Amino acid sequence: MTPLTVSIAGAVGSILMVLIVLELIRKRRLKERYALLWLATGIVLLILSLWRSGLNTIAGWLGVETYPPAVLFAVATFFILLVLLDYSTVISKLVDQNVTLAQRLAIVEEKLRARDRP
Amino acid sequence: METAVSHVDPRLARLRRIAVVPAYNEEGSVTRVIDEIRTYDPGFEVVVVDDGSGDRTAEVAEEKGARVLTLPYNLGIGGSVQTAFRFALENDFELAVRLDGDGQHDAAYLPALIAPVLDGDADIAVGSRYLTGGGYRQSAHRHLGNRILAGAASLVTRERVTDPSSGFQALNRRAIELFANDYPHEFPEVEATVLVAKHRLRRVEVPAPMRERLAGTSSHGVLKSTYFLAKVLLALFVALFRRHAVPGETR
Repeated sequence: MTPLTVSIAGAVGSILMVLIVLELIRKRRLKERYALLWLATGIVLLILSLWRSGLNTIAGWLGVETYPPAVLFAVATFFILLVLLDYSTVISKLVDQNVTLAQRLAIVEEKLRARDRP
Repeated sequence: METAVSHVDPRLARLRRIAVVPAYNEEGSVTRVIDEIRTYDPGFEVVVVDDGSGDRTAEVAEEKGARVLTLPYNLGIGGSVQTAFRFALENDFELAVRLDGDGQHDAAYLPALIAPVLDGDADIAVGSRYLTGGGYRQSAHRHLGNRILAGAASLVTRERVTDPSSGFQALNRRAIELFANDYPHEFPEVEATVLVAKHRLRRVEVPAPMRERLAGTSSHGVLKSTYFLAKVLLALFVALFRRHAVPGETR
């Protein structure tokens, strides 16, 4: 069974994380699109921290017999990887848009210079 | 711009034609490239793409009367030439040639390069270093890389590709349109070979030796070549599983 202190620490940490994400959205420092995955991470971790028997059962399914909180780490790691992968796709899209923007700028600037040329 | 010169193929003289010259810190060689293109055919609109150079590449090219597209920061060769292809598409150019600003592509081979495009035998003609009979001097790791890529590109496109990374190219309107809309940003030529095949454009290779660069330094070290190889092989592999829109079928 998961030690009670681990469950409490996990729950407090998850709640803190959800609150921070919500606050960042409120201050418009985080777009909802990017907040969703973080919120999902916090909520799933919160559920797994509070639902002690559930965590035990899942650990049993996965063959984790000695230390059920290991599942908590595994789930957290999985979600962090998801977020990072999502960010890589976001960066790739930004790069594409950035390139297109630079190309348009170069073409438009040349057009302006050509117009000024005697 | 309308000057027709006697030695220029009359079929070429009728076309709106553009010479695309990507240049990154090539102030020492870009003017000579411009001159050589004009010596062959003054009817070419020479467009130099200054890829965020720190030197006077843009100024010297402009003084030569070339049109200069200045990128606000370095995009790499693919992003550079795509800028010019977009420009060519928007300004209704019908034929484009590409010669790199470092002077390694010899304008004397332009007639041979353009011929298959003018004849209607190809949508894109590519100058190949490996069809010239004579050897091309390059470092061992680059030669090996080129051989691997040629093999991979031939496999993927099911056509004989000897020099997939050559940037010495002539393109008709269809090819200009394709590259304006879709072109890889980094190390683009090999991927573009596959792109061309997937879009069912006809690509031919023409023997064309390459010269040593006129000035400046080459942009490929061993590390960069390895990254290049890994990146391009990944792109080729993924391209196998990608379905490209074929012009005419979707439009």
